[in-house]
Amino acid sequence: MTALLRIRGVSKSFGAVAAVRDVSFDLYAGEAHALVGENGAGKSTIVKMLAGVHRPDSGALELSGTPLALGGPADAKAAGIAVIYQEPTLFPDLSVAENIAMGRQPLGRFNTIDRAAMVSQAARLFTRLGVSIDPNRPARGLSIADQQLVEIAKALSADARVVVMDEPTAALTGVEVERLFAVARSLRDGGAALLFISHRFEEITALCQRVTIMRDGRHMSTDLLADTSVDEMVRRMVGRDLDALFPKQDVVPGATVLKIDGLTRDPVFHDISFEVRAGEIVALAGLVGSGRSEVVQSIFGVDPRDAGTVEVAGKSLKPGKPKHAMAAGVALVPEDRRQQGLLMELSIERNVTLPRSRSLSQLGFLTGSRERRSAQEWTERLKTKYGRLSDEVGTLSGGNQQKVVLAKWLATKPKVLIVDEPTRGIDVGTKAEVHRLMSSLAAEGVAVLMVSSELPEVLGMADRVLVMREGRLVTELSRSEATEEAVMFAATGQEATV
Amino acid sequence: MTAVELPAPKRSSLDVVLRARELGIVLALVLLVAVTTISNPRFLSGQSIRDILLNTAILAVLAVGQAVVVITRNIDLSVGSVLGLSAFTVGTLLQNYPGIPVVFALLVGAGVGAACGVLNGVLVRYGNVPALVVTLGTLYVIRGVTYFWAGGSQINADELPPSFLNFGTADIPWLVILAVVVLVVTAVVLRSYRTGRELYAMGSSPQAAQLAGIPVGRRTIGAFVVSGGLAGLAGVLFAARFGTIDAAAGTGMELNVVAAVVVGGVAVFGGSGTVWGAALGALLLTTIGSALAVLEINQFWQQAIVGGLILLAIGADRLVAVRVAAGLKKRGSHVG
Repeated sequence: MTALLRIRGVSKSFGAVAAVRDVSFDLYAGEAHALVGENGAGKSTIVKMLAGVHRPDSGALELSGTPLALGGPADAKAAGIAVIYQEPTLFPDLSVAENIAMGRQPLGRFNTIDRAAMVSQAARLFTRLGVSIDPNRPARGLSIADQQLVEIAKALSADARVVVMDEPTAALTGVEVERLFAVARSLRDGGAALLFISHRFEEITALCQRVTIMRDGRHMSTDLLADTSVDEMVRRMVGRDLDALFPKQDVVPGATVLKIDGLTRDPVFHDISFEVRAGEIVALAGLVGSGRSEVVQSIFGVDPRDAGTVEVAGKSLKPGKPKHAMAAGVALVPEDRRQQGLLMELSIERNVTLPRSRSLSQLGFLTGSRERRSAQEWTERLKTKYGRLSDEVGTLSGGNQQKVVLAKWLATKPKVLIVDEPTRGIDVGTKAEVHRLMSSLAAEGVAVLMVSSELPEVLGMADRVLVMREGRLVTELSRSEATEEAVMFAATGQEATV
Repeated sequence: MTAVELPAPKRSSLDVVLRARELGIVLALVLLVAVTTISNPRFLSGQSIRDILLNTAILAVLAVGQAVVVITRNIDLSVGSVLGLSAFTVGTLLQNYPGIPVVFALLVGAGVGAACGVLNGVLVRYGNVPALVVTLGTLYVIRGVTYFWAGGSQINADELPPSFLNFGTADIPWLVILAVVVLVVTAVVLRSYRTGRELYAMGSSPQAAQLAGIPVGRRTIGAFVVSGGLAGLAGVLFAARFGTIDAAAGTGMELNVVAAVVVGGVAVFGGSGTVWGAALGALLLTTIGSALAVLEINQFWQQAIVGGLILLAIGADRLVAVRVAAGLKKRGSHVG
């Protein structure tokens, strides 16, 4: 095999920070190549170089043996490199067909856009992908999975020879991942080179032939997946052994802290009843869209509820009053930290202390010093990496942002901690820290309710697993009963395909 | 959207909802005209309609340019000042060289405006400052330049060549024809040319536009040049229509223009809306002004009504957006 795309000794620095240092590896036509590393290892910088967003300070790219100088995203597109970002980059106001064709719209008379041809082109692509998305609808309101598929259709329509996927599965459910992989495999078998970035090893082994590992901006190794093991990969990524990825300590559960009875919100979920006891971690599993996040949001009072009661330590909570829930000792770490969990333009300390601004203020004024002391304490406890406490939260890496969200809520000393997708899109090392933290909180007597789409996390962390399907609680599994098959069976209502 | 109708495939109900926006303005117009005519039949006389259309022409040209900028998620507040500068430049030119043809005067006006547009565009693009701030600055700067140049002087109708005044007041409504041409050309470019679609894309998601390889900087400057150029053109129309020009010409007009655009359904956050809507908005606002005069209602109410209309328009957009979003979620919820 000859290399389709060669990355030769590229380096890139941002100010004093060297993001990528002398990295080289090749992509072959017809291969799916995994790129793994902790957050901040430089994967995204490599992606952005291939996308033409960043130019390497030194080193070079080569496509089919000829040097490739990318002056901007348009050049990368022209060279046949398509990049699918973790967060899809569609134009919400434009139609799906137009999103796919942007910049390459079929032209008719007088160079005007031939809309009919554009729409039928999109329809053909969707048929090829085996999905039913209306090309005429605007991109606004598409689920993340469908947006991902539109991005892939975009890559297909451009006849991309190199397809880069930056954590495309972070927000997808098992079924959707399978569908994405089927498409990815057919792209690969059609002779494209696939660069696949993911934190999930089971996906990498399912799709890829080779794996390149990066750490601290450097290239660690490129191996055939067949020649390496997950343990080996993790060791190279973090540079140390991770004793256990999911270290839930055994705790004898105490009194019931959170009691949900008959919680209903039409038409999203119906008649949800369960309890969480002090020291317990209870996982709420199910497919995306099964109503898990909506249930916890309703418990916290962000969303209203139509019927049912929520009790915290014997006191019932009023519906639709997050303030009341907070006062009762409930903390919610939301799913989407960018949109719901953090104020990206505010400083780290402000974010950490926000829910407690009242208790930290003196005579109604916030004095910087108390905020700073408190923020310092909590960020240290969570081993958050940052420059200064006054830096904008938006400048932190994903994993560290998640720690700030956690710090913000842990500092309120909650009795009930609700976490929605606590480790989405964060690296293995941080993930282990978050898990260890949740476990130690449980050991301190906090009742933890966790929503998660990652089965290994659910199985490793939870004392009990509640599975939701289409807005109903379908089953409860104890730790010993909970296997991947059992959870998937309950979540989909059929034999698991993963 | 008659002029640019393409052989489109089946229309979904969603398109109907989105189109209803322009329909709403038309309905409001019909209602307004009906009520006013019942109270005073002369409102529908030839002269009255003619006046409304001539006044609309100037506002509509400005609104079309503004819509182009607003679609890219920017705003151009300097258009009133650009109109003033252009009107005074062309007026002075014609005062000194009465022989020059009207077409040349139009080109000079558009050129002066386009130059102001380049200034706005470059400042927004390279200064990395929000357009609101940049154009608020150039609003005062350009007006200041005009005052400095004009002093207290005024150009009167008798100092302008009759051929030029004729252009503004002849039986053939040149102003209206010109405005319609501007409207149709812009509408076709925005709807059916790649460049036009890129403007919508930029407004819809600036970040995605960058990643899609759209030359965002060039297009931003381009949009401001169009807005400036059209404001300059409107300056010439203003001069031809009113014949009297001083340094204060067009003061405060930018707010009428933005109002027309917003009432016309162009989203202030960019990415959606049409120049047809903007032009209809201009027509509605102008008609309201005339109707209030005919109904002998205090002009003071005009501002309150325009304000109310803006709030209504934004409220309606919000409502439609929420409904549409809910509808789209439902349509999108298929598990493969």
